[in-house]
Amino acid sequence: MPIQYYIYFCLALFSLGIIGVLTRRNAIIVFMCIELMLNAVNLLLVAFSKMHHAAALQAAPQTTAGIEGQLFVFFIMVVAAAEVSVGLAIIVMMYRNTHSIDINFLNRLKN
Amino acid sequence: MNSYLLWIPLLPLLGFLLNGLGRNHLSKNATATIGAGMVFLSFVLSGFAFGQMLALSHADPGANHTQVFYPFDLLRIPAFTIPFALRVDHLTVLFLLIITGIGFLIHLYSAAYMKEETPPHFARFFAYLNLFVFSMLVLVMGDNFVIMFFGWEGVGLCSYLLIGFWFKNTAYNAAAKKAFVMNRIGDLGFLLAIFWLLMKLGSVNYGDVFGQLGTQLTPTDITAVTLLLFVGAMGKSAQIPLYTWLPDAMAGPTPVSALIHAATMVTAGIYMIARSNVLYSLAPLTQTIVAITGLATALFAATIALRQNDIKKVLAYSTVSQLGYMFLGLGVGAYTGAVFHVMTHAFFKALLFLGAGSVIHAMHHEQDILKMGNLRKYMPITHITFLLACLAIAGIPPFSGFFSKDEILVAAYLANPLYYYLGVAGALMTAFYMFRLYSLTFRGDFRGTKEQAHHLHESPVPMTIPLVVLAILSVVGGFIGIPAVFAADAHWLEHFLAPVFRRGAAHVSEGAHHLSHSQELIMMGVVTLLILLVIVFSVRKYSTYTAGEENPSGLARVLYNKWYVDELYQSLFVQPLHQLGGFFKNFTEPKIIDGAVNGIGKLVSYGSRQIRLVQSGQVGSYLLIMILAIVVFFLVWFNDLHLQRFFQKYF
Repeated sequence: MPIQYYIYFCLALFSLGIIGVLTRRNAIIVFMCIELMLNAVNLLLVAFSKMHHAAALQAAPQTTAGIEGQLFVFFIMVVAAAEVSVGLAIIVMMYRNTHSIDINFLNRLKN
Repeated sequence: MNSYLLWIPLLPLLGFLLNGLGRNHLSKNATATIGAGMVFLSFVLSGFAFGQMLALSHADPGANHTQVFYPFDLLRIPAFTIPFALRVDHLTVLFLLIITGIGFLIHLYSAAYMKEETPPHFARFFAYLNLFVFSMLVLVMGDNFVIMFFGWEGVGLCSYLLIGFWFKNTAYNAAAKKAFVMNRIGDLGFLLAIFWLLMKLGSVNYGDVFGQLGTQLTPTDITAVTLLLFVGAMGKSAQIPLYTWLPDAMAGPTPVSALIHAATMVTAGIYMIARSNVLYSLAPLTQTIVAITGLATALFAATIALRQNDIKKVLAYSTVSQLGYMFLGLGVGAYTGAVFHVMTHAFFKALLFLGAGSVIHAMHHEQDILKMGNLRKYMPITHITFLLACLAIAGIPPFSGFFSKDEILVAAYLANPLYYYLGVAGALMTAFYMFRLYSLTFRGDFRGTKEQAHHLHESPVPMTIPLVVLAILSVVGGFIGIPAVFAADAHWLEHFLAPVFRRGAAHVSEGAHHLSHSQELIMMGVVTLLILLVIVFSVRKYSTYTAGEENPSGLARVLYNKWYVDELYQSLFVQPLHQLGGFFKNFTEPKIIDGAVNGIGKLVSYGSRQIRLVQSGQVGSYLLIMILAIVVFFLVWFNDLHLQRFFQKYF
């Protein structure tokens, strides 16, 4: 499958994430949209990694060149998991305090 | 230089420190003892120095017996060196005697005169007096113009402190400020003269400037330097146009007036020009200006003194007038005559001021002579001594003023007969106003209040002793300078000062013609007769004075208001300066300076208030800005080579 398909798909996915972050007020949905953007990037990383690796294999069999991208995806997933745990905890605390998860309600730091 | 000479200025300085620092702990007796004692010791040492100088002159007449004390350099840079050096020579030793001798008498007198002050103020007064004497001693002992300038500024400062001694009175403070500012104007001239000398010669030592090095000066330089020095002398010695501070200086306690007018301060200008006689003799233009200024001041001040009613103001204007005579003497090259007059004037003017102080003391601080009268009945010693001083200043032979004034007038006649006639006119006015003062104060009927009459008394002994001593000096002081017309070679002072003035006088006497003895005697006789007539007229006129007669009109009114010179200066200089100051205060300061400083502050705070709006607290807007920023960055680097390559590769 040509790499362009992956690029278009990831672009669409990323844009959806952006639009979601910008337009939704529900903190959990915003959060999910952020995850969407992260995973769009992950997918693109894997796609490019596979492509480069395939190209490298043609030149030299047994090589591991080009698989760093896939490794990075795991790093990103770990960080994202940690981020999700912190982020959800914040949302829970927010709900306990305000009985709302509307992010526009979080303007107390203004001025 | 013998080391004991150093103690002459150091002792008054020590007295200043002791009295100044211990003013809250010392009793009045201790203060007076320290203050007067230090000056007395200084006087004794000056006497020794004088005796030594006399012996040296006797052994080797006409030679220069200058002693110099040169411990270190004040300033040493490649372009020039300014040494810290003191000198004692014939002229200095004479001034030392005058300053410490009369200074001591004034200290003694002050101990009684100021006894109403509280101990700290009493000690402050004596500290200032000692500092004054110290500054003056430094002035006359300096071996270069810079050291002289130190003393010069010192006396200026002390006069400010002492004129404003009663600092709770605003008018007195204004008088003190006036004296200080007027002196500063003159000091600028002096300072410029020093700079000029440094620029041209690289030295301000007397030995260099008046010696070989001085021959490098062009006539223009000499004229400029002497004129600038004269500007300094104008300020310090109260000559037209800078004389107005001296009459106002009467705000100080009376002993201060005596000190300023007799022993110190005002004689500084005379000393400076006498010291620089070599330069002055080479600058005929300056000499003419000095003579004319002196003569004009002498006449001008004398006319003002004719119509003053404040006892101290009359004396103040008479000082200005007598200083004018001294400058006339300097201007016509009679340096010895000028110094002689400084000396005799110091005697009788100190006596007049101390006598006036005695009168003021008895009258409970009444200074208006129209409210006095017949004081001879109550104050015999003050009366007699005051009368002797009046005779001396009027120039009646054989009192001291006669000899010194005569010497100046004869020299003036040789320079220009017009100087002589005007000088005689001034002398007649002097006789008139002095005896007007004397008659109104001591003769006629008492015109004060009953209460004042009840309290009239002779002053205590510490005040009368200085009067008597000064009276004796005023009477006999003239005999050190008997003119050749009475006895050949009897002018002791001229011989004594010859080493200092020889070079300056040499320029003057070249081609000068001398008066025949008979002509000189006739002139003396006529002048003395005229002065006697004026005295008789004045005494007769004012002895019968009764209150309420004085209603000045016409010229008398102008004289009473001192020719409106103060008003003229007020509108010419003071008002415009005030207006300029007001402009700076009301426009430049708030609008330009404050505007710039506050404007920057306002700009920053306005800007930050605008930028603060960005922080709205809306998470959505932050995110939008983030994304827009990313898009902007993307667009900015859209043409980047790597991106271009990426696009070409995959699309």
